[in-house]
Amino acid sequence: MSRHVVLIEDEPNITEAIRFLLLRDGWTVEAHADGASAVEFIEAAKPDIVILDLMLPGKSGLDVVRELRERDGAQDLPVLMLTARGQIKDREMAEKAGVTRFMTKPFANAEVLTAVRDLCAQAEQR
Amino acid sequence: MGSLNTLVLVCLAYVVLLFIVAFFADHLAARGKSARWMRSPLIYTLSLSIYCTAWTFYGAVGNAARSGLEFITIYLGPTLVMVGWWWGLRKLVRVGRSQRITSIADLLSARYGKSNTLAIGVTLLAVISVTPYIALQLQSITLSFAIFAEADPSSRFSDTNTVFGVAVGLAAFAILFGTRNLNANERHHGVVTAVALEAIVKLVALLAVGIFVVWGIGGGIGPTLEQIDRSPIGSWHVDAGRWSTLIFLSAAAFVCLPRMFQVTVVENEDERHLRTASWAFPLYLMLMSLFVLPIAAIGLQIMPENTNPDLFVLAIPLSLGQNGLAMLSFLGGFSSATSMVIVAAMALSTMVSNHIVMPIWLRNQSPGASVSGDVRNVVLYARRLCIGLIMALGYLYYRLSGGGAALVTIGLVAFAGISQILPALVGGLFWRGATRNGALAGIAVGFTVWLYCMLLPAMGQGVFSDSVMHNGPWGVAWLRPHALFGLEGLDPTVHAVFWSLSFNTVVFCAVSLLGFPSPLERLQGAQFVHVFEHSAGPRGWSGSVAQSEDLMVMSQRILGSREAQAFFDSERERQGGRGALPEPTPTFLERLERELSGSIGAAASHAMIGQIVGGSSVSVQDLMAVADETAQMLEYSNQLELQSAKLEDTARKLRISNDKLTQISAQKDSFLSQVSHELRTPMTSIRAFSEILRDAETMAPEDKKRYAGIIHDEARRLSRLLDDLLDLSVLENGQVTLNYENGDLADVLDRAVATALTGVAEPLEVKRNGSIEHVRVASDLDRLAQVFINLIANAQKYCDAIHPSLTIRVQKFGTGVFVDFIDNGQGIPEEHQQMIFEKFSRVSPEKAGGAGLGLAICREIMERLGGDIEYMRGKGGAAFRVSLPVGAEIGK
Repeated sequence: MSRHVVLIEDEPNITEAIRFLLLRDGWTVEAHADGASAVEFIEAAKPDIVILDLMLPGKSGLDVVRELRERDGAQDLPVLMLTARGQIKDREMAEKAGVTRFMTKPFANAEVLTAVRDLCAQAEQR
Repeated sequence: MGSLNTLVLVCLAYVVLLFIVAFFADHLAARGKSARWMRSPLIYTLSLSIYCTAWTFYGAVGNAARSGLEFITIYLGPTLVMVGWWWGLRKLVRVGRSQRITSIADLLSARYGKSNTLAIGVTLLAVISVTPYIALQLQSITLSFAIFAEADPSSRFSDTNTVFGVAVGLAAFAILFGTRNLNANERHHGVVTAVALEAIVKLVALLAVGIFVVWGIGGGIGPTLEQIDRSPIGSWHVDAGRWSTLIFLSAAAFVCLPRMFQVTVVENEDERHLRTASWAFPLYLMLMSLFVLPIAAIGLQIMPENTNPDLFVLAIPLSLGQNGLAMLSFLGGFSSATSMVIVAAMALSTMVSNHIVMPIWLRNQSPGASVSGDVRNVVLYARRLCIGLIMALGYLYYRLSGGGAALVTIGLVAFAGISQILPALVGGLFWRGATRNGALAGIAVGFTVWLYCMLLPAMGQGVFSDSVMHNGPWGVAWLRPHALFGLEGLDPTVHAVFWSLSFNTVVFCAVSLLGFPSPLERLQGAQFVHVFEHSAGPRGWSGSVAQSEDLMVMSQRILGSREAQAFFDSERERQGGRGALPEPTPTFLERLERELSGSIGAAASHAMIGQIVGGSSVSVQDLMAVADETAQMLEYSNQLELQSAKLEDTARKLRISNDKLTQISAQKDSFLSQVSHELRTPMTSIRAFSEILRDAETMAPEDKKRYAGIIHDEARRLSRLLDDLLDLSVLENGQVTLNYENGDLADVLDRAVATALTGVAEPLEVKRNGSIEHVRVASDLDRLAQVFINLIANAQKYCDAIHPSLTIRVQKFGTGVFVDFIDNGQGIPEEHQQMIFEKFSRVSPEKAGGAGLGLAICREIMERLGGDIEYMRGKGGAAFRVSLPVGAEIGK
């Protein structure tokens, strides 16, 4: 069972916190802070799961997901969106764009870990 | 007694007296010397008494003897009109005077668009209704002669000769004084004065007989009243339907009868006379009716069975040998009859000649012939001829009807006939929607029903047989003349009046409502209905210049002042004229008509110009009234236009402010969302690391310290963000209180540089230009320093040069000073320059320590201080210019 995570997040402190959590749980983590080059970065990294911020410099997280879903082999890739914008319409738009799960910041560390584990497990069963 | 010859002599003497009175009155009036009494309201009131004809003089007593108090209805009708409807009469008089109305037919014709058809109809109706009435007067005179003849066996009295003689005599009188000259206002002072004298004679005669009967025969008031109670009159009963019908009929006749219209309206000198008449005439009527009951009661008691009660007034004094009193009484009756016949013949002849004879004569004239000279004579001869004709008709009717019917019946038939004019008359005065066709149809229908239900049955067996009366024509029961449509059990008079006037009114209203009045009708309708508003002052029009002025005034009211002026100016130039106004040439008039027809329609335009230029009987005031209406409509539509423009403007403003509100609301939503994002971001880090610290059982001390440091930094970032937000909110709301003080710009810069770079590990190099910075400014120095600190801190944060430096340059201009901050970095990319002063705009997020509120706050502060902050392009690095007014020195 591979445990590779790509984290797209522009806030360095948040990136550091999530990296710390996942590393401790036995995942490998690659982080990237730019939206514009995010899709290429993900394709190259071939992760088991992507953790994605919504508001990114260069390109919005929603656009990243949409493009990702059009690429070969990335249609079923689990995407966990973490965002500081927690309105219902943001959640609806995210789900429409192809986000697998949506969580608002600030989050409980345990919840993020659980979500990452669950999404990976579901993806493997398919 | 030898009384018949004496009677004839007295009678002739009386007539001569009347001639003299009439002659002198006419003579004085013609010379403009009419005495004050001739123009007094008293004469007017007395002239109204031609309402009291022989029918009233003799017939009232007869009526009382037959039907008790019913005779009083004939007096009540006019009394009600005078007391209760004087304002209606006043309107009638005003209309009559302002329109120069010559008769009731003329009035209706004028009101309904100068319709001659209507005038002919009304004239015929009047002639048919009044002819029996004239016959009635002839009959009464004959009867009174006959009663004297009975008492004087020596005389060779002949009914026929007497009637013929009387008719000829009356015709002569009417012709002499009624058609002496052709006065524009159709007033006949001679006749009116003579009539007034006769009014006094008949009143005195009736009062004298009454006093003789009560005190001479009855033995005083008490016994006479007892006698009345004992007689059949005492047991009379009131038939409410018949009473109200008779009151209504007499009221209607008082207004509609041609002779009443003649004295009330045409002969009226002064509108104010009506006010006196409104109480004096009812008083006259009351005096006339005072002794009717006693005379009737005593007459029934003392006279032989077969005596005609219609002649009690004569017969009682005669039978008691009171020849003088009988003579006086005869003169009273004679006066009643003659005054009525003379005025009625005059009024009818005016109608017949104006509406029937003259139009025929004019049509037979060769067109274009100058008729002005002899028209006068033609009119006079036509009138004389008509008087003769009318008298002849009355005489014929008397001969044919045999003079049998009771006086009252004939009178009522006439009343009901003439009342058919009432709906069209009242409607014309008070309802602008009344039309000519409505009036024509109503009168025609009412006339037909009256003819069928009242006049023809009254003529006796010769016209309608018993079988027609009882079974209806051809056995059709619902067509029985006295039970039309099965309406049985009513008094024949009530029945006929009810059906004829109901049909008349309904048809009049219905046809009026269904059709549209012609332009001339509308014009006249406005004149009649609003006569008090329109007939302010008399206006004269003469000469061609005056005509041009009139046309100008009228055009101004229709076209508007400026347009009319422009049109008249261009027309004057076209004519090459030198005056202020163009000559009213046919070409000009044609062009003006076309111009006006654009505003008011061709017909009205034609009529209006025709009236001013052609001088027809529509007065200029009428035209002005129509023009006024048009002007009002123009004004109204202008106002509407203005209003709608205002509304549009308001709607536009509302749209704009709505857009603004929507925009503000969207901005607020986006602001809140951004604030939420900016708050959540540091909180996310704080929460995540605090959970890490809490949950970690073992952790390297340096990690622990590092993570606590992050929490601390993020917490500070949060509070800074909140400070900035509050600051911005205060600035934006204008709630900030500025603390103005004097200071040196160099000191402020020193403070700012020191504060911004304190605690910075590698401070950039700050280049300043020394002594020129010493500028005295009056401003809020702390706020100014805040702006400088922000700019210096930004340079420190974002300048990406290897050896970062910041140049601060102070420069004076006019009343202010520029402070430029230019670093040596790459500057801000062009696409971001527009938005750097907006809230939450961060150009390079990686380095962002703040939330992107700093420059927004700077802009707000500079605005409050009366200055500005802007980004300068092309300076190499990032360059900001703060402009600041020096401000007046405080406290000096």
